[in-house]
Amino acid sequence: MPDRIVPHFEVVGHSETKVDAYALVTGKPVFVEDTDVAGSLHIAFLTSPHPHAHIVEIDTSRAEALPGVALILTHENTPARRYTTAGQGYPEPSPYDTRMFDSTVRFVGDRVAAVAAETLEIARAAVRLIDVRYEMLPAVLSIDAALAVDAPVIHDEDDSTGIHDAARNTVSVVEVDVGDIDAGFAGSVTVVETVCETQYAQHAPIEPHVVQGYLDNDGRLVLVSSTQVPFHARRIVSMVLDLPLYRVRVIKPRIGGGFGVKQEILLEDVVGLVTIRTGRPSLAVLSRPEEFYASRTRHPMRVRVKLGAGDDGVLRAVDMEVISNTGAYGSHALTVMSNVGSKTLPLYNKAPNVRFDGKTVYTNMPVGGAYRGYGATQGYFALETAMDELAGDLGMDPVELRRRNHIRVGETSPIFEAIGEGKAGVEQTVKSCELEQCIDIGAERIGWDAKRGARRRDGSWVHGVGMSIHMQGSGIADVDMAAATIKMNDDGSFNLLIGATDLGTGSDTILGQIAAEVLGVPLVKVVVYSSDTDMTPFDTGAYASSTTYVSGNAVRLAAEQVRDQILEVASSMLGEDTKKLRIGSERVTTPTGEIVTLEDVGLRAFYATDQIQIGATASYVGAESPPPFLASFAEVAVDTETGQVKIIDYVAVADCGVPINPAAAEGQVEGAVANGIGYALTEEMLISDHGRVRNPTFFDYKIPAAPDLPRIRTILVDSYEPTGPMGAKSIAEIGINAPMPTIANAIYDAVGVRLHTTPFTPERVLDALEGIQQNG
Amino acid sequence: MKLMITLTINGTQRSIETELGETLLEVLRREGMKSVKLGCDTGDCGACAVLLDGSAVNACMVLAVAADGKDVVTVEGLERDGHLHPMQQAMVDAGAVQCGFCTPGMLMSGIDLLSRNPDPTEDEVREALGGNLCRCTGYVKQVDAILATARLQAGETDA
Repeated sequence: MPDRIVPHFEVVGHSETKVDAYALVTGKPVFVEDTDVAGSLHIAFLTSPHPHAHIVEIDTSRAEALPGVALILTHENTPARRYTTAGQGYPEPSPYDTRMFDSTVRFVGDRVAAVAAETLEIARAAVRLIDVRYEMLPAVLSIDAALAVDAPVIHDEDDSTGIHDAARNTVSVVEVDVGDIDAGFAGSVTVVETVCETQYAQHAPIEPHVVQGYLDNDGRLVLVSSTQVPFHARRIVSMVLDLPLYRVRVIKPRIGGGFGVKQEILLEDVVGLVTIRTGRPSLAVLSRPEEFYASRTRHPMRVRVKLGAGDDGVLRAVDMEVISNTGAYGSHALTVMSNVGSKTLPLYNKAPNVRFDGKTVYTNMPVGGAYRGYGATQGYFALETAMDELAGDLGMDPVELRRRNHIRVGETSPIFEAIGEGKAGVEQTVKSCELEQCIDIGAERIGWDAKRGARRRDGSWVHGVGMSIHMQGSGIADVDMAAATIKMNDDGSFNLLIGATDLGTGSDTILGQIAAEVLGVPLVKVVVYSSDTDMTPFDTGAYASSTTYVSGNAVRLAAEQVRDQILEVASSMLGEDTKKLRIGSERVTTPTGEIVTLEDVGLRAFYATDQIQIGATASYVGAESPPPFLASFAEVAVDTETGQVKIIDYVAVADCGVPINPAAAEGQVEGAVANGIGYALTEEMLISDHGRVRNPTFFDYKIPAAPDLPRIRTILVDSYEPTGPMGAKSIAEIGINAPMPTIANAIYDAVGVRLHTTPFTPERVLDALEGIQQNG
Repeated sequence: MKLMITLTINGTQRSIETELGETLLEVLRREGMKSVKLGCDTGDCGACAVLLDGSAVNACMVLAVAADGKDVVTVEGLERDGHLHPMQQAMVDAGAVQCGFCTPGMLMSGIDLLSRNPDPTEDEVREALGGNLCRCTGYVKQVDAILATARLQAGETDA
């Protein structure tokens, strides 16, 4: 065990009640659509029925004639400037290949027109009255078709920028070579190679995308949005609509889940333009089918992993090749693909020879985007499947193989620096890692030694266990910036103003806890207000597992400055040097026991002597991105007659540093694992040979419900990250990467088949079982 | 075609003008019951669950006219004398609320379950929540909250 000191905390490390729990559990009108804005127009969309076509003619006259229609937007009357819908830092590492409305449509679901009308019914009726004449273009409906010689070019326009090679449908390319990969394999005793193909999947937040727009009394555009990135949304809307940024305000109220899909600017531009052109409030909500086929997805990928090891199991060479399908537009195309390598390869830093070869291609299919896990999910499926296969070939326990290869405290990997997000990464040494403990605890809790290889039978059901290990990051080093403002009130309470964006994750609560800890007050004395571009300082937003670490450090720094100001005032009140004063329990104490309360300090500062607003704003940019770690174990049962897979037990053991709020951290792991189990077993957007999503409903796209899941067991192993706020690292994303490889490896343990194509539906399992019988 | 219906919403009888094709979900939201959430409009997600004459139903699947004369309970009607319903409190205490969008529907299904089965097993709770989709939590803490509510209410009955 490394030396570490986890200090005693009063507020941090406790499962404090979420600051918004009461409002949410009583059904208060806190979501975007819960506020009835008088006179609001309703917006409905016409989307393309074709995967690739030119719009030859669009006739809106019949629709305009419908009583109650206020405005119709098409490519003929909207700004033509190209941009990216990806809500990333500026300049975005995604290509500018998108228009609000384009004269070419590139996937089934691409935006053709929007109608704003007095009611949603009228808007939808008007959509049906728009006449569009299309000229069909050849469509590209797979990775292989995109890369074929003479493939139709999807982005042949001359005003898109940031595309690596548009003529070859290639959005982005990353090539990294460390050491000598050929020599590495030549020097290996055992070599395995595996190719995995992952499916289209959707985030499926229960609240769809929704934006309410209106003009304030000064004529400024206000957008109340279910966004993960209010500041990026403001910047992108301002650019697309050619509005001065100071004329736009974006507010994020409570939102009903995001998981990455709300890191995308999908409605703000249209709502903004409707409200500006009509002078009236307007509301747009995606329907559930639109959420599936017209918003964003997890990039489907083909990932090839080749591993070479010595007879001691220590890796000599790791080769990873990735082809990612971003669909019709390059949203997050480069960075998701980069993360397939950057978030996985450093885990096995023993290999001196590493190669990463990544490429993202356009197709005329649904558009990829940010999705919890962000490429690491696809990467870990292939890597951890290959590791299991390597263990088999070596005749080594898969747990032992991981133990011999994973990164530890004090170690680094050249990949940290080699692969970044749109630019080079940042060199870093791991300063906190309890992965060994995570593995030990997980193996013990699942009953690894007794169950692995036992193949217990129960009728036609056969049981097996599998495992995998993981790391992620905490923010994008040297890119993500977050700021926090804290001001003190005259009763000794505080307002915490943060740009950070709580999606339901509990970030308002844990950031409040960090402030409360430093200021020596209970959480209730910190009033948290977040995500309002007029009222709160900047924050890049909720993505890249950044909030706890990056925003958390900003809050810590602001709170420390405020604490120092409080001590200055208290020092003059108590006649004692600030260095000798202690803050805690809502008061400042001298070594001899003299006391002033924070209320005394607040009243004096506001009204009595040397009046001053006690308050501070602080910013933070991560110099590094410390990874959280996870060991994942599952017991599954496979029905050899139907191919059905049931999850019998699931144990996730995580090292997220000091969990600021253990219940919230557990909730992040539980939710991520549940989502990952759905991704592994049932969730698949089925795409027709015309490029249409065939199952855009919750009835046909099956996300896990309570009866489908076991009681997911989460164990948090304390570590202390010295660069984190109160020792904390991130936790929100890592859990989603684990189920797919863990379950695949457990299925292999149960019935001896390797599944490389996802999800593991009964059909695929049965086909694989029959393949074994035929070959046998 | 406009029709008048009578609904008792959280104990208060209201005469409401409705369109023939309108759903109970649309009417309840228009009447201010914003806890009733639209997640899918096809009866698959359970975010709009309410108690109709004591049984949980998806309000998006019920035509408003079919609810004429009936009693509706939404989350807005759960608090008593400024105190949370025990299941609301249990959800808060268990950390079962993340984004909270599915929480009202979960509460309705949980309350419906305990009214029929005051001492459910964990599997029975999971089965009862089968029509309520949650994407944030993995259901562990919601199930715990409902089981804790059952234990609390059993204790109150014993006493």
